[in-house]
Amino acid sequence: MNNRIVVSLLAVVFGLLAGAVLMAVTGHDPITGYSYLFEGGLKNPERIGNTLATATPLIFSGLSVAFAFRTGLFNIGVAGQLLFGGFCASAVGLSLDLPKAILLILMLIAGFVGGALWAVVPGFLKAKFNVHEVVSSIMMNWIAYWTIYYAVPAYLKGEFLETESKPLPESASLKVSFLTDMFDGSYINLGLFVAVIAVIIVAFIINKTTFGYELKAVGNNRHAAEYAGIAVNRSIILSMAISGGIAGIGGVALYAGNASNIQIGILPSQGFDGIAVALLGANSPVGVLLSALFFGLLYSGRGFMNAMTEIPPEIADSIIAIIIYFAATSILIERLIRWFIRRKANAKSASEHEGKVK
Amino acid sequence: MEYAVEMLNIRKEFTGIVANDDITLRLKRGEVHALLGENGAGKSTLMSILFGMYQADQGVIKVNGKEVRIANPNVANELGIGMVHQHFKLVEDFTVTENIIMGIEPRKWFGLGIDIQKASKKIEELSKRYGLNVDPHAKVEDISVGMQQRVEILKTLYRNADVLILDEPTAVLTPQEIDELGRIMKNLIAEGKSIIIITHKLKEIKSFADRCTVIRRGKTIGTVDVAPTSEADMAEMMVGRRVSFKVDKIASVPREVVLKVESLSVKNAKKVLGLKDFSIEVRAGEIVGIAGVEGNGQSDLIEAITGLRKVESGNIVLNGQDITGHSIRDRIESGIGHIPEDRQKRGLVLDYTLAENIVLEVYYREPYSRKGILQNSKIKQYANEILESYDVRSGEGASSVARSLSGGNQQKAIIGREIERDPILLIAVQPTRGLDVGSIEYIHKRLINHRDNGKAVLLVSLELQEIMNISDRIAVVNQGELIGVVQASETTENEIGLMMAGVKKEEGA
Repeated sequence: MNNRIVVSLLAVVFGLLAGAVLMAVTGHDPITGYSYLFEGGLKNPERIGNTLATATPLIFSGLSVAFAFRTGLFNIGVAGQLLFGGFCASAVGLSLDLPKAILLILMLIAGFVGGALWAVVPGFLKAKFNVHEVVSSIMMNWIAYWTIYYAVPAYLKGEFLETESKPLPESASLKVSFLTDMFDGSYINLGLFVAVIAVIIVAFIINKTTFGYELKAVGNNRHAAEYAGIAVNRSIILSMAISGGIAGIGGVALYAGNASNIQIGILPSQGFDGIAVALLGANSPVGVLLSALFFGLLYSGRGFMNAMTEIPPEIADSIIAIIIYFAATSILIERLIRWFIRRKANAKSASEHEGKVK
Repeated sequence: MEYAVEMLNIRKEFTGIVANDDITLRLKRGEVHALLGENGAGKSTLMSILFGMYQADQGVIKVNGKEVRIANPNVANELGIGMVHQHFKLVEDFTVTENIIMGIEPRKWFGLGIDIQKASKKIEELSKRYGLNVDPHAKVEDISVGMQQRVEILKTLYRNADVLILDEPTAVLTPQEIDELGRIMKNLIAEGKSIIIITHKLKEIKSFADRCTVIRRGKTIGTVDVAPTSEADMAEMMVGRRVSFKVDKIASVPREVVLKVESLSVKNAKKVLGLKDFSIEVRAGEIVGIAGVEGNGQSDLIEAITGLRKVESGNIVLNGQDITGHSIRDRIESGIGHIPEDRQKRGLVLDYTLAENIVLEVYYREPYSRKGILQNSKIKQYANEILESYDVRSGEGASSVARSLSGGNQQKAIIGREIERDPILLIAVQPTRGLDVGSIEYIHKRLINHRDNGKAVLLVSLELQEIMNISDRIAVVNQGELIGVVQASETTENEIGLMMAGVKKEEGA
């Protein structure tokens, strides 16, 4: 486990170094670049709030991917699950007139159910017909995309624009005044707290419960799980459903928290970023939380860097890409570490030998 | 220049375990040298060092009298050392030739093409010279396990190996194939090769080897000439105490029927009937052995009883209750224990710790979990008890990842887990496969002990000796059909052998 923390940290360091090289090569000063990048994310309460808000959907999508990974599944359909979960929550928020607390809880439930529904299909296909979940969950992304493309203008159409839904009323928004005020008008919202609670719950399920034990056993060795009498198919379907449900709540945070309506024609990129977040977070819930915050910082700081310098925002994207690359090739980093340790040990034994010879 | 290979004072340490501690092995040119030791004694580590897969922490390796450093298997190949691994490293849908030349393909057309013809001609020559009888054009997936092993041997010969390391070569072979292997080794020796054979089967050492080096817990115990040394002496060197080969057991006292299988038919993985109209009874207080050549329906029978495979027709009755359609967990709950044939596929979640594996079938029950929450201290305590009483050796006790254990220790952990649940029917499939005599003796005792506690035991084994020694009654299968059931005390190896070949008792008599 410790090893994985080192690998993730090294991936970040290498990514930042490579970004510095990129900046220098394109004729910019890396130190100024980075100082504006981090200032942009952390300079004042509003920017900190925005960084946290940017990170919120990433926490959910990362958690969703990580949960699936831990149970032996690759959920690559998080984008569609986010979208459909967000859509279900928006539909609830726009059509029910209830006190804010009750409405928000109903919306979170709707988001969870919507996301879970979208993920159960690949889960079922995997369990019953051994269809690989990567293929079927990617296809579900496009089904979600076109469903929203049709359903939003048809049922939730806004007053002026065909391409987005009506804005959610205040009672259906995760934004609350005390948070907005505390962070000087930032769009930070209650989604962050839901995300932290989700991290704790997922960590608990995976590490402490018999349910998590079953899911992991099925993920690690389906045959042994079957031998032990664990309901293998049920586990696969359930773990896809939970993974999708987490993504669905992420959709609520995205469309009813950071934004205030849902647009058509966009597959939320946060869904795919979730894979990177999970990878950098070594698939552990706390790791996901930290890596999502870091990604949130890069995403929210890059605009400021772009405004204050000539450095294109694509540099920030490149840094993220390079970090992902290093996290994904963690085996290389591990080898590097081992090589260093061995070299050190060799040097030590060599000097001891010399000592003996003398 | 008398020695082909010398490994002097080798030491190798892994985190938590000294695998090799001052081991010395000298291989004379033109001899078959057995390396004997218990599971986890350090045999595989030592050979991996010789083959360049690990580096020794201390010690010297000499090949043909010259000190060498074997950094990786390629260096070993260049030095004329070849290894045949226990688990073959072959590409199933390549031909024999393609497998053998992989990595050193002879080229034609300026390096653009592979000269298969030249290669297969050389392979054919080698095969003839050493009496291997391998068809270079056959696909690996179409040939028998014994033949695949010969392909592995050819691989090393093709690379001009003078020293062959055979890692547990007989573990996967039928008795006839084992004889064949003995003949092949004689041919190899006659052509000037030297062989190290890793094994813990004493009978084979007696019939194949010239000398034998025994190691125990990472240390050399000694090297002996095989001819004047008795099996019992070698076993004592290996285990450190006298081992009894005769299994002591009192006559069985069979009581009520525990398992009743009635005209069971089961389809196998190839979707044809692997088990046909099969009936058998196992009573409390007896051990019934299923004898047969591998792949004659034993696995289908066991999988049907344990619920891993669907039944086509017939019934399975446990303790008077029909469990034919029951779930796997229901069957476990009603008292079936199962030591599975393939410990890594079925028996263990290799990436789970030993503690987690020990509770694989009981994790959801108190005290191992309470209201859905795992009780880790209770789990660990239970695991430690089992690991201790079954002498499972590992780096970090119950916290060791199952993958890190040697095969024998993995097996002991599974056996401990199953027997400690005290099932009314214990199904043991190849329970001692790949284990050393000390462990075998111990496991046999536990099985008989289980019987003496009034439980039923169903034993499946490909080792006829094991079946004959342990069982009270023996059922013989051939091509999915029951050939007959005989009393173990009244039969002979010859009679069982004939039945295994499909000759019914009446016809034979």
